[in-house]
Amino acid sequence: MRILFDREKCVGHNRCHLLAPELFDVDDEGYAVLLVEGDLPSELVDKAELAADNCPEFAITLES
Amino acid sequence: MDDEHAAGPVSTGALTPPPGSGIADWATDFDHTNEAYAAEAPAIWDDLRSRCPVAHTKRFGGTWLPVRHEDVSAIAHDTDHYSSVGVIVADWKPTVPAPQGFAPPITSDPPFHEFARRILLPAFSPKAVNPLEEPTRRFCADLMDGIVDAGGASADAAVDYAQNIPVRVIAHMLGVPPEDGDRFRTFIHRILEKPGQTGPVDEEDLMITYLDRIIEEHKATPRDDLIGYLLGLEVDGRPLNEDHIVGTIALALIAGIDTTWSAIGASLHHLATHPDDRRRLVEDPEVMTFAVEEFLRFYAPVTMARIAASDTELGGCPVKEGDWVLLPFPAANRDPEAFERADEFVIDRRRNRHAAFGLGIHRCLGSNLARMELRVALEEWLRRVPDFELSDPAGVRWSTGQVRGPRTLPVRLLRTVPSQGSV
Ligand code: HEM
Ligand code: SF4
Repeated sequence: MRILFDREKCVGHNRCHLLAPELFDVDDEGYAVLLVEGDLPSELVDKAELAADNCPEFAITLES
Repeated sequence: MDDEHAAGPVSTGALTPPPGSGIADWATDFDHTNEAYAAEAPAIWDDLRSRCPVAHTKRFGGTWLPVRHEDVSAIAHDTDHYSSVGVIVADWKPTVPAPQGFAPPITSDPPFHEFARRILLPAFSPKAVNPLEEPTRRFCADLMDGIVDAGGASADAAVDYAQNIPVRVIAHMLGVPPEDGDRFRTFIHRILEKPGQTGPVDEEDLMITYLDRIIEEHKATPRDDLIGYLLGLEVDGRPLNEDHIVGTIALALIAGIDTTWSAIGASLHHLATHPDDRRRLVEDPEVMTFAVEEFLRFYAPVTMARIAASDTELGGCPVKEGDWVLLPFPAANRDPEAFERADEFVIDRRRNRHAAFGLGIHRCLGSNLARMELRVALEEWLRRVPDFELSDPAGVRWSTGQVRGPRTLPVRLLRTVPSQGSV
């Protein structure tokens, strides 16, 4: 499974960073920064789903 | 209406506004500033969603009320047709023109909005907010000392606690004395809850007079706080214009206090009336991360507004240039199309794309701060008062208007924990 992050849609709600700091950092203006590339290790899949399910702007999607 | 009552139940099943409220029908004559609306807003939104998802009223010169998540989201993202130059519905239209508006960035439209917002983003980013957690916790702990160590068995969770927290945090950020907090609340009350209804105000007592004074004080003695930051800021070699600075500080006062206080108060009201949720949070503090977002979804305190910039269509309704359009994020948060079990409070809800902080380019700038304040306020309350209930349910009073939360919240303290120092 892979994370797709649409920076254009992100407005900095920071829900992803709060729920999955292993996967998302924030820059100095509060926009999300995706920390991982490619296939997710299985122990992070749950966190990735949490981030995607809580982004109010639908900026995060998961691709299997 | 009276004839319909005489004839028995209304056949459409529509929710009937209470007699004496002066409202004929929620779909065609609503008044979001009326006590009757505040008293049962969620039921009104459910009713409208099922029969007329874009309600209208002739009040305030013509105002629309969409209640579906889909419509609220579309408006928030459509800055071409909907201007932020007016965000609080009133009988008059704002006089400071777009794109800057009175209080940038909340009253600004693109492209100016981006500029006004960008300069503030660093001051409200998670990295800037984290260091405020410790002083916030101290403010909350001090307030709890006052409540618990007084030895009484009761308190007003809104007046003695919730309302004081954001005031102190903002005063700390702005670098003004904490005692100024009472004045902040007066300004806000006049602007948000009773726009234009409080009569003439002394020059000396105006928010603008106060702001001019604290800005002058900061100019005389430069300080390392939010006002100092704005005064020192240069864009293309030039300082910000004074209106912009005044407007932005006014906005931090107006946008950051009532809202957060409402969220804290509504959450405490919920906990006072739901023993299972109270116990769950005390026993399993990990749930707090999810609980905070569910409090924000279920009791979202803020409804915004827009002014139509040109004629357009909204859910099949003809919106005319200059019409007010309310953006009830709280209604969007209860839409079953967007949330599973939307009408239930689920303390550990895993999928929660709530819109309490708005959607799109105006996403609440203070959301990281507000979320931290709400979490810390609840943690500190529960640490000292793990068990409490309403002492006078009829004495709970909710605000009216676009910011919704309890203004009085009398509670009985069922179990208290002494502060560490005094054991
Ligand atoms: C629980 C507390 C809060 C809630 C529910 C809330 C809600 C909102 C909402 C819904 C908006 C969107 C406005 C729109 O779309 O027109 C907004 C914008 C804003 N909020 Fe908050 N707010 C809260 C706390 C705060 C705090 C603590 C501050 C700062 C001290 C703050 C500052 C702002 C600012 C500056 C904007 C304008 C952003 C822009 O237009 O780009 N808010 N808030
Ligand atoms: S939750 Fe969504 S909008 Fe918010 S920072 Fe993360 S990606 Fe951006």
